Amino acid sequence: MAQVTSPPDQVVEGRRPATGASPGPDAAGLGRARATGFLVPSMVLILLFLVVPAAWTIYLGITNYRLTGLAAANPEIVGLDNYTRALGDERFGSSLVLTLQFVLGSAVIGQAGLGFAIAFALRDRRGPLRRVVEAFVMLAWILPSSVVAFLWIALLDRDAGTLNTLLGIPGTAWLLDHPMLSIIIFNTWRGTAFSMMLYAAALENVPRSHLETARLAGASTWQQLRDVVFPRIRGHVLTNLLLISLWTFNDFAPFLITAGGPEQRSEILPVYVYKVALSGGELGFGAAISFIMLLINLVIALVYLRMLGRRKEKA
Amino acid sequence: MSAIAMRELTKVYPNGVRALDALDLEIADGEFFALLGPSGCGKTTLLRTIAGLEVASAGSVRIGERTVTNLPPGKRDVAMVFQDYALYPHMTVQDNIAYPLRIRKMDRRGRAAKAADTADELGLSALLERRPGQLSGGQQQRVALARAMACHPQVFLLDEPLSNLDARLRLEARTFLKRLQRELGVTTVFVTHDQAEALALADRIAVMEGGRIRQVGTPTEVFRRPANTFVAGFIGSTPMNLVDAEVHDGELAVAGTRLPMPQDADDRVTDGEKLVYGVRPEYLDYSPEPVPGALSGQVVVVENLGSFSLVSLDVPTGDGVMDGVGDAVGVAGTTLQVVVPEGREPEPGDTGWVVPRPGRSLLYRDGELVSTAPAPAVPTARTGVDAER
Repeated sequence: MAQVTSPPDQVVEGRRPATGASPGPDAAGLGRARATGFLVPSMVLILLFLVVPAAWTIYLGITNYRLTGLAAANPEIVGLDNYTRALGDERFGSSLVLTLQFVLGSAVIGQAGLGFAIAFALRDRRGPLRRVVEAFVMLAWILPSSVVAFLWIALLDRDAGTLNTLLGIPGTAWLLDHPMLSIIIFNTWRGTAFSMMLYAAALENVPRSHLETARLAGASTWQQLRDVVFPRIRGHVLTNLLLISLWTFNDFAPFLITAGGPEQRSEILPVYVYKVALSGGELGFGAAISFIMLLINLVIALVYLRMLGRRKEKA
Repeated sequence: MSAIAMRELTKVYPNGVRALDALDLEIADGEFFALLGPSGCGKTTLLRTIAGLEVASAGSVRIGERTVTNLPPGKRDVAMVFQDYALYPHMTVQDNIAYPLRIRKMDRRGRAAKAADTADELGLSALLERRPGQLSGGQQQRVALARAMACHPQVFLLDEPLSNLDARLRLEARTFLKRLQRELGVTTVFVTHDQAEALALADRIAVMEGGRIRQVGTPTEVFRRPANTFVAGFIGSTPMNLVDAEVHDGELAVAGTRLPMPQDADDRVTDGEKLVYGVRPEYLDYSPEPVPGALSGQVVVVENLGSFSLVSLDVPTGDGVMDGVGDAVGVAGTTLQVVVPEGREPEPGDTGWVVPRPGRSLLYRDGELVSTAPAPAVPTARTGVDAER
């Protein structure tokens, strides 16, 4: 704490002294009215674009609202019918399983694993190699989804696909035979940049001397990772996993490649909602599923935050 | 415990910087050895090359009977204490100390016992369950030392061991380190940029500059007889006075005064030769009255250093003639520094006379010491001021 020359509550020339130690409730000295004035625009925007749609979704979830037909004109409150239907629906269950596979495969293992591997391999490198690798990984991250989806379809196409031409096995239908694997690899390829950047920054925080002490003790690379690197960057790892898990859970881009098919074998939850609500027109049912997804996201976030909190207690 | 020998050791970094330049050095078994020099002189690179953290570009390193030049750090049987101690914040003191043993696959009980023993030797027994963040700087340093000691390496390497401690703790840690090294008897090499630290701790010192070793010797040797003007200027809490001189009839003309020739330089100079005369501020005696064979000048600065003061005199040089009271006639001048005991300090503006003590002045030709006499073998008190009176 900074040294305070006068007690924080002592009034000097009619004003609270600005001290570093305890700034008091009005640190900026704006006064309540002006402070509120600054806040109102953002609050209005948040209300308009976040709170209202969320509340609207919850409301829709308990109605039988449809895109077309009678229920579009006069939606009726159906209570928890949509939720019981969703939870009993086999298609919802399999979709949830596929989503968890997608998150585990492409986010936790794919993006985080590959991102860390690249960041660790490049940690001491400067110069062209690092710049080229980073540029390519970033390119996958900044391209629009529609462009990326087109590129992947072109790569994996059964008849004229680049991959089949390279491998000399024309006729292999990757997207039909391995739809989940295809979208997992696609999403890994697409999203690794974020994890790589985050881990590269985190690794800068591991003091060189800590790694060198381990090396002098004779520790292998794996032992250095286990004993020095991971304990040091645990917070970064958890934050990264939290973010990419949520992003991947809600990612709609795979629809652009497989459209959930074949036979719903790559129908992850966002795709399922889209199909139910917009293709099938059952807006009420779709809203209910959306709300369940929101709850699952909350659970994922809480689990990670708990793990982060435990880390702080230990330290 | 082992001797270390380096032959033609060269390290060139990828960016072309030559950090070590064909360096030869031998460090004896059990010696406490200092690598001393200004920043960028290659001392840390040398230490890291011994550790194996840097790979030598050419030349060889031997530790004991083994050539370790191409061995990885973990196979060299050396332990290093880093400047920041590099303690693992998520491990307890005990786990930190036992870490190298864990890597060597010692069982849990053996590790705990060994860690406890080592901690006991360093007075850390009460802290075994703490984490590094809960320790003071001095305690952290001792934990780092304990970790280095726990696996009984042949060589200890210390990188700036005292620089992260505050001034008072530094003196305490210095005494502690020296005693510990003496008790353990393990060959120890440490890096420092602080000449006082090197003089106080080391059995021998290598003074480095630009990737080369400029002098190797005991603290007494490098202090009393710096081999060149670089070492003369670097060693000592006050740098050596270096003044232009000319040989005349077996005497030296320095700033208009005739001084006797330093004894072992007698027959190695020629009449009329221009040399550099060197004498430490501690080996000059100040007098407020004229004395024969004294350099005289005007007091410009008096710096109080506790039990003594450092007095700077402006001494006119060149062929200018002194006008009796010592006021400069010529414009050219040089500054001489002299150590004056407490109670006898002059005031700025006074005129003072300084006489070099016999046998304590040196001559340099082209920056190198003019002498072939062996350096004094028996170490005596180094810091001059108190010891000489």
